[in-house]
Amino acid sequence: MRVRGIAALSALFLLTGCGAADMTKQASPFANAGGTRSVTLSVQSWVGAQANVAVAQYLLEHELGYRVDTVQVDEVPAWDALSQGRVDAILEDWGHPEQQKRYVDDKKTITDGGGLGVTGHIGWYVPTYLAEQHPDITDWKNLNKYASLFRTPESGGKGQLMDGSPSYVTNDKALVKNLKLDYQVVFAGSEAAQITQMKQFAKEKKPFLTYWYAPQWLFEKVPMTEVKLPAYKEGCDADPAEVACAYPHTPLEKYLNADFARSGGKAAAFLKKFKWTTEDQNEVSLLIADQKLAPEEAARKWVARHESTWKAWLS
Amino acid sequence: MATLTTSAPRLAVPGVLRSRAAHKLLLLALAAAVLVPLANARWASGSWPDALTVDLTAPLTRVSDWIIDNRDSHPLFLYFFGYVSNAVVLSVRAVYLVLLGIGWAGVAALGALIAWRVAGVRLALGSAAAFLACGLLGMWVPTMQTLALMVVAVLASVAVGLLLGLAAGLSDRLDRALRPVLDTMQVLPAFAYLLPVVLVFGIGVPAAVLATVVYAAPPMARLTSLGLRGADKEVLEAVESLGATARQRLLTARIPLARRELLLGLNQAIMMALSMAVIASVIGGGGLGDRVYQALASVDVGAALAAGIPIVLLAVVLDRVTGAAGARGDAGTPTGAGRARRAYALGSLGALAVVAVAGRLAGGLDWPDGWTLNIAEPVNKAVDWMTAHLYSGVPVIGGTADWAGHFTTWVLDPVRGGLQWLPWWSLLLIVAALAWLIGTWRTALTAVLALAAIGVLGLWKPSLDTLSQVLAAVAVTLVLGVLTGIAAARSDRVERALRPVLDVFQTMPQFVYLIPVVALFGVGRAPAVAAAVVYALPAVVRITAQGLRQVDPAALESARSLGATPWQQLRQVQLPLARRSLLLAVNQGVVLVLAVVIIGGLVGGGALGYDVVYGLAQGDLATGLVAGAAIVCLGLMLDRVTQPTERRAKKGA
Repeated sequence: MRVRGIAALSALFLLTGCGAADMTKQASPFANAGGTRSVTLSVQSWVGAQANVAVAQYLLEHELGYRVDTVQVDEVPAWDALSQGRVDAILEDWGHPEQQKRYVDDKKTITDGGGLGVTGHIGWYVPTYLAEQHPDITDWKNLNKYASLFRTPESGGKGQLMDGSPSYVTNDKALVKNLKLDYQVVFAGSEAAQITQMKQFAKEKKPFLTYWYAPQWLFEKVPMTEVKLPAYKEGCDADPAEVACAYPHTPLEKYLNADFARSGGKAAAFLKKFKWTTEDQNEVSLLIADQKLAPEEAARKWVARHESTWKAWLS
Repeated sequence: MATLTTSAPRLAVPGVLRSRAAHKLLLLALAAAVLVPLANARWASGSWPDALTVDLTAPLTRVSDWIIDNRDSHPLFLYFFGYVSNAVVLSVRAVYLVLLGIGWAGVAALGALIAWRVAGVRLALGSAAAFLACGLLGMWVPTMQTLALMVVAVLASVAVGLLLGLAAGLSDRLDRALRPVLDTMQVLPAFAYLLPVVLVFGIGVPAAVLATVVYAAPPMARLTSLGLRGADKEVLEAVESLGATARQRLLTARIPLARRELLLGLNQAIMMALSMAVIASVIGGGGLGDRVYQALASVDVGAALAAGIPIVLLAVVLDRVTGAAGARGDAGTPTGAGRARRAYALGSLGALAVVAVAGRLAGGLDWPDGWTLNIAEPVNKAVDWMTAHLYSGVPVIGGTADWAGHFTTWVLDPVRGGLQWLPWWSLLLIVAALAWLIGTWRTALTAVLALAAIGVLGLWKPSLDTLSQVLAAVAVTLVLGVLTGIAAARSDRVERALRPVLDVFQTMPQFVYLIPVVALFGVGRAPAVAAAVVYALPAVVRITAQGLRQVDPAALESARSLGATPWQQLRQVQLPLARRSLLLAVNQGVVLVLAVVIIGGLVGGGALGYDVVYGLAQGDLATGLVAGAAIVCLGLMLDRVTQPTERRAKKGA
């Protein structure tokens, strides 16, 4: 029995190429299963990210002959996965300076893949039906006046400011404190829960105040108006505890695994060129999230309508 | 009752105080009278004193940074973790390629064949139907990915569990050392150790498999040890008298005698591993779990259900097949002489090959595209209808949103407020008293230390918030579960009707009902409690029903002959006699509710559950791991407070 164990072990050593086992070079066991070239893309939990991946996947599979695997990962772990080569690309990053410094500047295991073409913005929103009833509600200075409108069982007598998934970039707790607002931040815990709750509120035309972000397909279903916070200035969010200003507008970026960017051939070249507009992304997102089409189906529709856009990515 | 002796000195006290319980309480009160004024004088605050906390943020962040910086170069990773990781990837890939290579017809036939050999024709048909259903739902490839992952994870769990179980079964000292380790592995919420595993192995299959092994190995280890220890003494003596060596004794007598426990262990390992399939998707495990998780992102319950059903089907089939194998262990070896069995095996293998080749020639290996059934749309319509009509405005009883609101203000808030208002030392005292009354001074000590550890970790307040949710959820679960259990125990028809429902509740990935729960109860602590109840209910119902059914028929008969009404029989005979089962139901309710605290964090439950999810999402080891540790302590404390002595005494037997 012991002999067999040793034999198995040594076979393992042979298979893994004797000596050091490189943790940076391990693809998914499901990759390249049929002997085809494959690309692994990371998907984040919001639908915009699904839309990017769906279209990239469709074109990689149908125009370039790759097999695409997708893995859903939160943002920070996705950076880690990218540096290890478990995934080849992140198509939509909302700005992670710490990760960028660690992996792009210091370790050089990740490279910048260029802009996505979409600009992201985080903010506080109220439903438009509420803003029409109380036009002055859209300025933060008047929020305290309306706090009782937003009260829920969870907000402990204050107004409720609903925040979403723990993976999102947020300064809301500091904002509420520093702007002296009579509000309680309630974390929905996941985007799915947050969207579900917003839809329920909207169905009954109830007032709500929420952390939300654009571009997002839900705006088409539940029109929302942004609440004005003190204007954003470069560096006003440098100290997380002292933030008292709005969120910036962030041009969204793509990032590629460094090895993949060098030797990824046509797939890497294509992903670097991939660049579209907010409207394009929303078109696909709505097909997925609202009409409940499979991402592939949604991508097929978009691809059929926008040939000139994607042809440029392939040249 | 308790056969274990307490270490309390036996004073000669008169009258009422002679009872053991009063004894314990008196001692505790004495200790409190001395210690509380001391503690209060130094740290006079209601909440856990700051002076007694330890902040682990800095060291944990350093550890996490060190791992990330050294992962690509340090020998520990290059020569150990790297190999582990490669081995996992290679074996999962091998199984996956084999499954793809046999093709869908072959896999379905293979499943049916195994089920037939082990458990008979009915289960064979069932398992073939289950596989075909996975294909029909358009989930063939993800099902195969999950299956590949499961095969490797279960084999690894069984290997690890066997080793630990052998050690614990053969050596008392190792048994004592291992027991707390296994306890911790079981109450540790899976989410809490996803993060360290991901740090070391990175996102993906290796981390998913290893996290699964941590979760699924303990029951195997426990049952192995139990089986070895439970082996018939006379048989062992007989074998010994024949001059067998220790090793021969182990291989020829003890292990075969423990067959039933071993198979039950395998069964448990499979079920635990499957329940991890979805959680593992959060760290890139792929397969069905990932489909459920991705469907969540677009708030698509139908799609999540389409991926959840194959998990349920796999779980039910695997449970029944391994369960049947375990049950057959009693009846001795299967019928048929060696030659006949070999002929059987050859024949079936031949049939299998024919099916696989036929499938290959007829329609390729992949599940045919046209043969899928779209259930997502009708399901979404049904969910929409339900939430639209139940959420609010239901006449008289009010909508579910109102219930949730009332539950939060009338139950959750007062309980949380009360717990957080109580001075910290009084909570320690209450826990000590409860644990000591139900168990020994050891259990009381563990419970108190666990609760104190929460304070030391600096999570006193959020932990009490979580505790209030857990208590509320357990209370609701027990009320519903015991009532349903009584109904099931009294009527065979109810029990038969309940069985599939309970199966589905128990095995359906929790992520699937996350959205409906929010759609019905809104965001907050109420949906968290609802999700926990859904998950914990089946076990409570089953244990209650079983306990009531096992009540001595003679006792019932005599009560009936004395003219007791069914209600009197239930209250005065059945429930008291089923006391142990009921206590076990309480204990299981607590453990299971705690297991979904994290899911609560995903729907607005906040507190510890949110912190663990936050830690994972932000790669923040300090927040995630410490909150996870607090959940473990909470679990240990609640387990000790609800775990009757008899069970502990029996476990070690």
